[in-house]
Formats: sequence, structure tokens, C-alpha cells
Amino acid sequence: MLAFLIRRLVQAFVVMFVISLISFSIQDNLGDPLRELVGQSVSEAERQALRDELGLNDPFLTQYWRFAKNAVQGDLGTSYFFKEPALDVILKKLPATLELVFGATLIIVFLSVPLGVYAAIKPNTLLAKAVMGFSIVGISIPVFLTAIMLVYVFAIELGWAPSYGRGELVHVMGYWESGFFTADGLAHLILPSIALSSIMLPLFIRLIRAEMMEVLQSEYVKFAWAKGISPKRIYFLHALKNTMLPVITVGGVQIGTMVAYTILTETVFQWPGMGFLFLEAVNRVDTPLIVAYLIVVGAIFVVTNTIVDLIYGLVNPTVKLTGKQSH
Amino acid sequence: MALLEVKNLEVKFGLRTGEVTALRDISFTLDRGQRLGIVGESGAGKSVAAFSILNLISRPGYISGGEILFDGKDLAKLSTKEMRYIRGNRISMIFQDPMMTLNPVLTVGDQMVECLQAHTKINREEARRISLEKLKLVQIPSPEKRLDQYPHELSGGMKQRIIIAIALLLNPDIIIADEPTTALDVTIQAEIMDLLLELCTSQNLGLILITHDLGVVSQVTEQAIVMYAGRIIEQGPTKEIINDAQHPYTQGLINALPQQGIPGERLNQIRGSMPPLHRIPQGCAFHPRCDYADAICEKELPGFTQSGGCQAACHLVAGRIALKAKAEETH
Repeated sequence: MLAFLIRRLVQAFVVMFVISLISFSIQDNLGDPLRELVGQSVSEAERQALRDELGLNDPFLTQYWRFAKNAVQGDLGTSYFFKEPALDVILKKLPATLELVFGATLIIVFLSVPLGVYAAIKPNTLLAKAVMGFSIVGISIPVFLTAIMLVYVFAIELGWAPSYGRGELVHVMGYWESGFFTADGLAHLILPSIALSSIMLPLFIRLIRAEMMEVLQSEYVKFAWAKGISPKRIYFLHALKNTMLPVITVGGVQIGTMVAYTILTETVFQWPGMGFLFLEAVNRVDTPLIVAYLIVVGAIFVVTNTIVDLIYGLVNPTVKLTGKQSH
Repeated sequence: MALLEVKNLEVKFGLRTGEVTALRDISFTLDRGQRLGIVGESGAGKSVAAFSILNLISRPGYISGGEILFDGKDLAKLSTKEMRYIRGNRISMIFQDPMMTLNPVLTVGDQMVECLQAHTKINREEARRISLEKLKLVQIPSPEKRLDQYPHELSGGMKQRIIIAIALLLNPDIIIADEPTTALDVTIQAEIMDLLLELCTSQNLGLILITHDLGVVSQVTEQAIVMYAGRIIEQGPTKEIINDAQHPYTQGLINALPQQGIPGERLNQIRGSMPPLHRIPQGCAFHPRCDYADAICEKELPGFTQSGGCQAACHLVAGRIALKAKAEETH
């Protein structure tokens, strides 16, 4: 277990190094930060002086070295726009994004498992066919379109749920303000969560259905029938536990991907999270903020995947986290 | 009355291209404590026959005719709930590949306890105690350790012993073993077969042994059935079938055994291969491969002819018996 975590830490370090290198090297191509930083009235000489001061004229490796040295101490640079440490700016927006991702994950977990299992057990029923049909539609429609349609139908036409913002928040700790504890906050969470889950939910339903159908054909499920075990136990213990193994692996990667999808969802719903912030930062050529965002998202990927691997080890007895495969 | 009586069993598979009959006119009986072997090439319908007894044929297969009388009840007509009571309880099964039969994510103990608890109202402790007792019965090394182990921690032979222990959990009347040693090493094969034979005799268990290994059939069973293309072509006491096979197909199978060949020479084989189920030839299904095939074999399906203790479905055998009867008459 300890060896596993240490190995994971080393891997994470390598991954973070690569991410930082890539994100740092694209920043030169994003545009001139000086144009956004200072007004038209500043003279060219002053601009050059400011460039020197910011270190923008140094060779790439010098710039990267300076960045990396600060980064390991938790300093990812200062946002040009907010004039605050970029990491702080992002972390302040992190709770909003995490709550959105959490909401979408809840929808995915609680709907994909029963629907996927049902579609696998009774593939010829009308409901199963409807689920599979809708899932194709869900996968095919881009998130921003789903989001806009949701806003139009449920917020504007029907008026069932609010269309933008986070609503009434409760202070939890630090700068964490949660929308989970008020009715208004939860109401604001509904549409963005559905929009964010609109791609992953169908994907998971289809994945679970396909895996489950394969597992149901396996010899050990046949043997369980031959033992006279109840269908409930066969479906939800024997088959589902094996079905979940690949689903957990894919799920870990997808949670990370969902963090990335929040850029679209948050923009449509004016959700004050990291994704929304990132899009603003791109518009403002706020390069330190962009780089910091990419690094934070990379870190979230690494952390979720590590957690998923730990969970996988709990579900699958043939995986030992020491790294040695017992025979 | 026999414990199990299968009468004219017919199994069909509903495929997109039309229905295919996998089993036709299968009839046999099994008494308490009797051991029956079903032999044949791959695709002969042996496994379908075994699985259909417990109504476990996977879709699109279904029992389309005949009766499976067990204890006076027709298993083919039972509801799923009544059938569940029979499975694993009165009739249990042993599968072909022990590597695939146990669920990889559940412990051996879980997989044994659940079987007991599905059929009896006992608590976990008691169920574990019975499980341990059965593990001892199948002579598994350090049985106490096994309950909390996962299948991947055990060897193939140990897994098959555990599967046999699971089959014995509720003291069934019949065990159906579908090629129980095919997936094992030769040395382990012998051990498992010996164990199965010993358990059947000591517990007075009925055994239906599906195999393509004639050696195993002659070692373990008292009665034997030879199947070809979904039909029984010869049945009778194992000894008679092995020593004096009537049907040319059975003779071919016995000749194909390595022991029958001359060292250094090519092994004997039956030419051709079993026809697929949707293209079974008219008349006797075996005639295209039979060295003795006659005009009648291509047209007419042979009925069973009694020869000694055996019955064979062959025109040739029928002709020979008729000739013999005539000769005796004229004497």
C-alpha cells in the first residue's frame, strides 16, 4: 500500500512535470499579455521595461526554470488581471466546480447503474430500447446545445428551475461556500448538473449494459444459476461486481474529463467556477492563470485516478496494491 | 420407477435464419446411485442434453418437446421458482473449466454459503461449518484456509475440488458433470475422476458424466450413451459398448483411441467431420462418413435394434440381427 502510494507520487510528479512544460510552452502563442495588461497610452519603451521586469524577454528555459522553482513552492505566478496569486484565484473557484461535478456524478452513478443493468437483463423490453435510443441522442448532442436547450425548456418556458448562478450559498469553511444546504442552492444545481452529465450518463449506461451482457454469458454466472441462487443475487452481486471493474477504470478517467467539460457548462449557466474563470482568462490573455488552471486540472486527474485505482483494488481481489500479482 | 427419466427430449435453437434442432428423440433413464456416461464428438449435443435437464440452455435454445421426469415431476414444465429449488439442491452440476466456473470477485466461502442459504434456512456459521465439512470430503489440502480465499489463489485442480464440494453441499440425488476434467492436467484428471467415482459410490449419488473420453467412461460409468448429430445412436451397459460396439460410429471412436493404434503409425480416425446442425444429412446422419453405408442409409432413418444389452440405431446392425434370427430359425 505504501509502496503503491510512493510509486503513484513519483508518477504524479512526472505527469505534472510534462503538463507544466506543455502548458508553459504554449503561453507564448496565446497573444501579448502586455496589450491586456496596460492601456494604449503606454509607450513602447515602457512596455519593454515592463517586459523585462516580468521576465518575458528571458530565454524559454530560464523562464521555465523560474516558473518551476516557484511552482514547487506552491507559487504558480500572479494573475495579470486579478493581481493575486493565480493558484488562489483558481482555488477560490474550485468549490463551485467540484460541487457541479459532484452533482453530475451523483446523477450518473444513480441512473447509469440501474438503467444499464436493466437494459442488459431485459434487452427486448420497450423501456430498454427507449433507454438505448435516448443514450445515442445524448452522446451525439454537444454539451453546450443540451445546456441551452435545458435553459430554454425548463428555465424560460416552464420556469421550473433557475437558469444561471449558484443561488443561495452557505459558508462551510475557508472560502468554501456550498449550495448543497439550501433549497435555492440545490435548485440552481439541477440544470447545470444535468447538462454536465448529458454526455457521460449515456456513455456509462451503454458501457454498463455492454459489460453486463458479456458477464451474464460467463461460465460463473451460468454456474450460479445451476446452484439455484436467486436472480436478484446473481444480477446484483455475481454479475454487477464483475461488471463494475472496467466501469470503475473508465469512470476515473471520465471524472477528470468532466472537470474539463465544465468549461462549456459553466459558461452557459454563468456558473462561477474554474471553467468559467478559465474562459475569461483566455479572453484576457491572463497566461499565469491559464497555466495554473491547466496544472490544477492535471493534478485533479492524477488524484482522481489514484483514488480510482485504490477503489479498484478493493473491488478486484486479484489486484494487489503492492504491485505484485499474486499467482 | 427410475429417479430420472428423459423421454423423447427435443431441443431447438431459434436462430434468425430459422429454427435448428439441436437434440432429437433423446430418451434414457437413471436410477438412484447409477452412473451414466454420455459420449460423442464436439457438437454432438452432449452438453445441450446435460444443460437441458436443469433447463439451463441459454437463449435462443429451448426445450421444444419431450419430458424430463424427475421424482415423478416433469422438469420441463416447472416454473422458474420450482426449478430453482431443484438446481443445486436435488440436481447439481460440475462445469467443464474450473478456471471459469468460480466467480473471481467472491471468496470460496461466500460462493459455498450462498448455495446453502439459497435452499435452506440456516445461519452463516452453520453454513460455513457444512461447507468446511464438504471441503474435507473432497480431500482438499488445508480446507480451513480455503473458505476465505479467492479463486485466483487456487490451482485448477483445487478449484475443481471446490466445485465438486459445492455440488455436494446439499446432498443432491444427481450430479451432472459436463467434461469435468477436460481443462485439467492429465495427472490431476485421474485424481479428480477417482474422487468423483469414490464420492458417487460412497454417497449413493447418481452421476451423468458428459465426456469425449471413452477411457473415462469405461472407468467410471455403468451405462453409456453415444451421441451423434443431436441423436442417440447407441446406448447400453458401458462394458458391452466398449468391448463390443455395434454402431460403426462407436467402433470408429474406439478405434481412434491411441491405445488401439500401432506405435509409430498414424492414429486411426473417422474420416470427415460431424455435420453442422442445420445441414444434417437425410437418412442416417452418419452415412457420409460410414464405411459400410448402403443405399438404405441415405434414405431411411434407422430405428433402434436390440443387440445383447445394447441398442444401436443402424441399418447394418438391424440387418445383421435379422439375418442371425433367420439363421437360428432355420436351424
